[in-house]
Amino acid sequence: MAVTKTYEGINEKIRRGEAVVVTAEEIIDIVKDVGVAKATEKVDVITTGTFGPMCSSGAFINFGHSDPPIKMTKVWLNDVPAYAGLAAVDAYIGATELSETQGMAYGGAHVIEDLIAGKNIKLESKAYGTDCYPRKEIITYVNKNTLNEVYLFNPRNAYQNYAVAVNSSARTIYTYMGTLLPRFGNATYCNASQLSPLINDPYYRTIGIGTRIFLGGAQGYVAWQGTQFNPKQVRGENGVPLAPAGTLALIGNLKDMSTEFIRAAIFHKYGTSLYVGVGIPIPVLDEDIVEKASVSDKEIYSTIIDYSITQRSKPSFGRVSYAELRSGKIEINGKKVRTAPISSYNKARKIAETLKEWIKQGKFYLQQPIENFSLDQTFKPLEIVNEEEI
Amino acid sequence: MAKRKLVLHFPEESIEKPITYHLVKDYDLIPNILRAHIDENEGTLVMDLKGSAEQIEKGIAFLKEHNVRIQEAVKDITIDRDLCVDCGACTGVCRPEALTIGPEDWKLDFDNDKCIFCELCINTCPVRAIKLTF
Repeated sequence: MAVTKTYEGINEKIRRGEAVVVTAEEIIDIVKDVGVAKATEKVDVITTGTFGPMCSSGAFINFGHSDPPIKMTKVWLNDVPAYAGLAAVDAYIGATELSETQGMAYGGAHVIEDLIAGKNIKLESKAYGTDCYPRKEIITYVNKNTLNEVYLFNPRNAYQNYAVAVNSSARTIYTYMGTLLPRFGNATYCNASQLSPLINDPYYRTIGIGTRIFLGGAQGYVAWQGTQFNPKQVRGENGVPLAPAGTLALIGNLKDMSTEFIRAAIFHKYGTSLYVGVGIPIPVLDEDIVEKASVSDKEIYSTIIDYSITQRSKPSFGRVSYAELRSGKIEINGKKVRTAPISSYNKARKIAETLKEWIKQGKFYLQQPIENFSLDQTFKPLEIVNEEEI
Repeated sequence: MAKRKLVLHFPEESIEKPITYHLVKDYDLIPNILRAHIDENEGTLVMDLKGSAEQIEKGIAFLKEHNVRIQEAVKDITIDRDLCVDCGACTGVCRPEALTIGPEDWKLDFDNDKCIFCELCINTCPVRAIKLTF
């Protein structure tokens, strides 16, 4: 009879220091050597990791109250606007918001990195003043120790697969996929592929609301499905989507994070973004879990997209495997094209290894999702219509 | 045969002189121009200079006579390993493949000898870890 395991059973093994934990890279060879059934018996947890620019990231902050108090209407952190349309001293700083004085050289992502690094941040705020909050402006300095809550809440992270970007036009273009050289001068890709969390659990069996994760060097949680969640994306026979599909909304305490795993990014002539390190453990519940998680770069495909076309629907130049992408060259229309990653495989590996150590040392326990994501939903476009047409 | 990689800065008065021609004709050198930039104020030339060591020295002396400022190119590009996250974005714009990343360790490698100082990597690096100082 096929082996099955429970979250409780695996957590008990972690508690006793007996859990067998391997990374999503290591499971590939284990399955090759002993097969799915034996691997399911032997292994308890498979750890994944990814470290890539994830624009849809930001942090909620509570500043505490000044004397006399202020109901902050407009807020700037190191000259980067934060959203303050919340209660008096709450704000949200988004990664892609740009500095009003430095432009693209410094953005919300840099504020987040500086907060993690423990640096002092200039806080400036304006208000209209009320009877209960009479102060109309404030300039002061804060850091992560003076603030009450500071937590990352990222609406869309850890994309399950992503496009390969090329440029068919005659000029260099600057995108969130990096600098794309003219006439297919290069191709960029952005995924941890065989190490990526959602590639290894393609139907979200163990990754759902409440799953405990590695986030930026701290323990965090999956808060919700990510925005633009698109489970109905075209999939290969192994269940892995062939283009962007599932996403995750993640939450975690910024004060516990490290700049080794959260870094500000600047994409030239595009703007700022945030490199986010995410690692998710996959419990070995049964053979299906192991079979799916043993997927390797040869069996994971992405779609080549022409980013020089400025329409929503961009032409495709076919599919290519991550093994080909990682070889450094792919062929498009008979031309050899140099490939380059935008996400760090080296860091992804380090995250999967770190999470593995945490679990082996009993510092990290698995949390079963409180609720799983629905596979029955679609990702809708935004149509420009009159009120009568909607 | 010796080889030197140089960055030459031409002052305004030398822009119109056929200096590279003289390096070939008078000093028997093989210049390989990697990158060139001329505007109304100054000219910059990045070149590999091949020839006998002695002739290269003479050629450099000739350049100096014409007030051409010379820098050894090899020392001037630096990657701050503390800032670099080994993403590999820079490798996508590095046509001569001086910057590379890949198996086994997926750490960024830089080969000085292949660099042509096009500077595309500098703005492409998302964490501003690559610096070029002329």
